[in-house]
Amino acid sequence: MSTATAIVKPVMPERHYLNDNYGIRSWLLTKDHKRIAILYLFSISFFFLLGGIFAALIRLHLLTPNGELFQADTYNKLFTMHGVNMVFFFLIPSVPAVLGNFLMPIMVGAKDLAFPKVNLLSWYIYMVGATFSLIAMVSGGVDTGWTFYAPLSSGYLRTHVIAMAVGILFAGFSSIFTGLNFIVTVHRMRAPGMTWGRLPLFVWANYAASLIMILGTPVLAITLILLALERGFHIGIFDPKLGGDPVLFQHMFWFYSHPAVYIMILPGMGVVSEIVTCFSRKRVFGYSFIAFSSIAIAVFGFVVWAHHMFVAGISVYSALVFSLLSYAVAIPSAVKVFNWTATMYKGSVKMDTPMLYAVAFIGLFTIGGLTGLFLAALGLDVHVHDTYFVIAHFHYVMVGGMVTAYMGGLHFWWPKLTGRMYPEAPAKLAAIVTFIGFNLTFFPQFILGYLGMPRRYWAYPPEFQVLNVLSTAGASILSVGFILPLLYFLYSLKYGEVAGDNPWQATGLEWETSSPPPTHNFHQIPVVTKEPYAYGEDAEVPVVH
Amino acid sequence: MSTSQTTTTEHHPALAHQFDSMEQQQDASTFGMWVFLLTEIMMFGGLFTAYLIYRLKYYPAFVAGSTSISVGWGFANTLVLIGSSFTMAMAVWAAQKGYRKSQVWLLLATMVLGAAFLGVKAKEYYDKWDECHIPGHVIGKGFNTWGGCSVTNKSLGNIAEEIRDPKHHGNPNIPEGAAEQTARQTEIFFSFYFAMTGLHAFHMVIGLGLLTWLLLRARGGEFGPSYYTPVELGGLYWHFVDIVWIFLFPLLYLISRHQHGV
Repeated sequence: MSTATAIVKPVMPERHYLNDNYGIRSWLLTKDHKRIAILYLFSISFFFLLGGIFAALIRLHLLTPNGELFQADTYNKLFTMHGVNMVFFFLIPSVPAVLGNFLMPIMVGAKDLAFPKVNLLSWYIYMVGATFSLIAMVSGGVDTGWTFYAPLSSGYLRTHVIAMAVGILFAGFSSIFTGLNFIVTVHRMRAPGMTWGRLPLFVWANYAASLIMILGTPVLAITLILLALERGFHIGIFDPKLGGDPVLFQHMFWFYSHPAVYIMILPGMGVVSEIVTCFSRKRVFGYSFIAFSSIAIAVFGFVVWAHHMFVAGISVYSALVFSLLSYAVAIPSAVKVFNWTATMYKGSVKMDTPMLYAVAFIGLFTIGGLTGLFLAALGLDVHVHDTYFVIAHFHYVMVGGMVTAYMGGLHFWWPKLTGRMYPEAPAKLAAIVTFIGFNLTFFPQFILGYLGMPRRYWAYPPEFQVLNVLSTAGASILSVGFILPLLYFLYSLKYGEVAGDNPWQATGLEWETSSPPPTHNFHQIPVVTKEPYAYGEDAEVPVVH
Repeated sequence: MSTSQTTTTEHHPALAHQFDSMEQQQDASTFGMWVFLLTEIMMFGGLFTAYLIYRLKYYPAFVAGSTSISVGWGFANTLVLIGSSFTMAMAVWAAQKGYRKSQVWLLLATMVLGAAFLGVKAKEYYDKWDECHIPGHVIGKGFNTWGGCSVTNKSLGNIAEEIRDPKHHGNPNIPEGAAEQTARQTEIFFSFYFAMTGLHAFHMVIGLGLLTWLLLRARGGEFGPSYYTPVELGGLYWHFVDIVWIFLFPLLYLISRHQHGV
């Protein structure tokens, strides 16, 4: 850091949450939200790796048109387990359970979340779910697709659907408890002076995501319970052969699973709001618009689910309404994108690693969002439904958006988590490699989908091979972009430069406490007297304790 | 947010470290419980929605299925649960006042009533078993096993007869085949009957566990005017589970008991 504060070489605080006590017990029975965040970090990284391996195998298989690497059944299992792992065990907990868990109490100026025991419980519940899903995977896997459509899942396939459903059920309860904790903490645990209008945008975004977690996830729970009952006891709920209705399954599944994509993206947007503001050295443009657009996305998100079912036999009139409402989601999303760019406009933009990720997010999310409008259009959706176009759109939002934001956030708050800086040069390289690899992987898939290559197919016509080879090449570059951070993050734990309390000269309560923070977060509960993003000429430099 | 204006409760043994005061702790805990109950509403809501859709789709079968279950036992159970809500509310009051003995007795009474409810439920489930009304063909003697299972007067064959029997508010103009088909469709009704009452009973069992925990703490004299949040939250949960039953009873037991549909 080549700023004025670097004259005094920062030192690690003597006591902090990592060295407050030692031993496996002090971790497994901890009620400290920061330690629970670290537990989550390890768990979800494992599932990210696992899901990534499945993705790599899928891409390898698709190198050749005739499906020479795996049997068709195996291929079905691979894409199912890739989806389940990534969605339920990585993306949904990623930013909330790791960064959110670590930062939410500090950002609102509290000593901990409202219910620390519930927080620990949520990690254990997650691990129980993870165990069930691992059991399902090692005992033969599941081949339903991550959407578990009935009656395929409830009556026909002979794989371990129930074990996987139970695993997801538990993962769902873990996210309910996280969301509940966040909501109560934001409402009841704010420090003196921390008004709603002074909450960091990261808190607003996680608050909005928490609303979806507590309102949507229970519906997924009951859907999976009914699915398991139908599968286990042959009672008729969704299987038309038994008098049930398969479209009802899709309604109930998407009632959660569409809002769930906003559980995944909203916290990422919160991360980007923090990074963009800090690295533009400017007040955020349109604070309240960004804050309320998060809530608007959460609310609209609940009334668009049937746009997944335009070709599933729903009525034209309901399809019209759902199409229109899906367009409405674009408004708050665009509000965010415009406000971020307006924040950067005429700012002193500094392209450090977190900012590289944030800028990549803005571009990739915009592409992902706009192609979402293609899919919300009733006519065009019939053409591209269930093709690689959908895959590309989804991955632009989820990987290009959410994973990019997660990586950006991890770099941004790494000095706060560990007290040490990651090495900047390889980090920048990784950010750029990720961006190139990502686009090379998924942009060809837009074209593939538009040309008509269906998703989830084990083999494809030879004329699609060039684009598929490009995509696989991109995936191998992308994997380098994800492995690099793993290496230099581990390296930085021991050899990284000591970061000091506020290496980015950022505002926000988390930068006012030491790095890493003490177990109770603050030596003295802060009193908040200013707006959240007081960057710029007339803003005072935050006081460092 | 309350800072450190309270001095007397500052060192209460039940005050968790993350809170500044007992007021903040109680406030946050109560709020958390309401949020949790909201998730419960969404979970039961999904089930109720599915129920509603099939009730509209297979209305005559739902009427027939509903007529075949015992409204008497259902009503008795409704009274039992309302009674348990009363004793629970009284237990919260006793905790607030710090009456230790009444707390213990009232919590015990609530548990006894809750157990009585589950006992009646078990009896009703056994009847379904006996009458071959367990949906699916994994548990029980198999639904729709015509003849082989018609040992009691409530078997499926009799449902088909009742649909056409004026003495049971049936309609003799319904053809025999249609009545039989409707009787078969009651399997969906029973699927929901078991899913809904089963999920409710599961919540009752959890509730009994919570009450046991509260009972032990109340016996130790932990609750009084300055700290009664756990009893209050346990009460909220218990009332919620009761309210679910208040909805389940008419939805399952009281569907148009005057007439069979077509």
